[in-house]
Amino acid sequence: MHQVMEWNEDVSDAVKRELGSHQVCLMNVLGSPGAGKTSTIVELIARLRDKYRIGVIEGDITGTIDAETIDKLGLPVVQLDTDGACHIEAMSIQHILPHFNLDELDVLMVENIGNLVCPAEFNIGESFRLALLSIPEGDDKVEKYPLIFSTSDALALNKYDLKEYFGFDDARVERNAKAANPDISVFRVSSRTGEGLDELTAWVDGKIAAALGRA
Amino acid sequence: MHELALTQSILHIVEEAVKGHEVQRVKEVRLKIGDYSGVVTESLTYYFGLLSRDTPAQDAVLKLEKLPILMTCRDCGWSGEINKHHIECPQCRGINLRLDQGREFYVESIEVE
Repeated sequence: MHQVMEWNEDVSDAVKRELGSHQVCLMNVLGSPGAGKTSTIVELIARLRDKYRIGVIEGDITGTIDAETIDKLGLPVVQLDTDGACHIEAMSIQHILPHFNLDELDVLMVENIGNLVCPAEFNIGESFRLALLSIPEGDDKVEKYPLIFSTSDALALNKYDLKEYFGFDDARVERNAKAANPDISVFRVSSRTGEGLDELTAWVDGKIAAALGRA
Repeated sequence: MHELALTQSILHIVEEAVKGHEVQRVKEVRLKIGDYSGVVTESLTYYFGLLSRDTPAQDAVLKLEKLPILMTCRDCGWSGEINKHHIECPQCRGINLRLDQGREFYVESIEVE
């Protein structure tokens, strides 16, 4: 019996081993275009950079706008240009790792391609996944795209300050997310007002510490 | 999803399996596919016909067996088949469910002559 996805799974395992041998853990950040992946990563970096040495991989179909944003923070960042592909595969991460000095990193944050479908299918050597869903996207998205939420360890409802304007039913989203994945943690955040970011940071911190065996 | 790449992977599995054996041709490739896996079976069949040309799997029959989504309720103990568009325990209406089957996607067997 052979798993059809094994070509990616094998490489994902290899990436995880490689990172583990350097005491580095990888966080896979997923969500739609415009959900706030880059802004959230910037906020997490601001809160965690004194504790961990952080590197970033910015996945985009084309261009370097997000990588330039991270570059201004003075952290190692590599742009992964998928040249049209709708997701990152483990092989892409494997090819990019030599661009980092892994002995000088604790955490690699990977911003996946903005897409709620394809990135969910591909493990990329991550220790954990953070999914973002922003209020303007609508409260039916977990029902429409269950896989991405069933495979994520946490869901951050971003732009939460806009909740009232959009009539967003966060209880519905939380219920559906827990149905897709009973172990998922749900956070309500706004990278504009700062709401909820301390709680999200504490969760990410705990996941990193556990992955690095420092819990 | 990515049925072209998935079909390439299936053919790779078949080629690896027949390598080193005296195989005239592959008669049948049997797949098991869970209803929660997101695989579009019509596309698999289409790509398989195209990509298998000039390989040992040319003219092989691709048999697709779909597996329903089975879950167990962690609250009331119910277990059975769940509709993927309505994930909820039919007995207690709870959502604390464990997936027992549905994400599968693998090559079950390859028949050759």
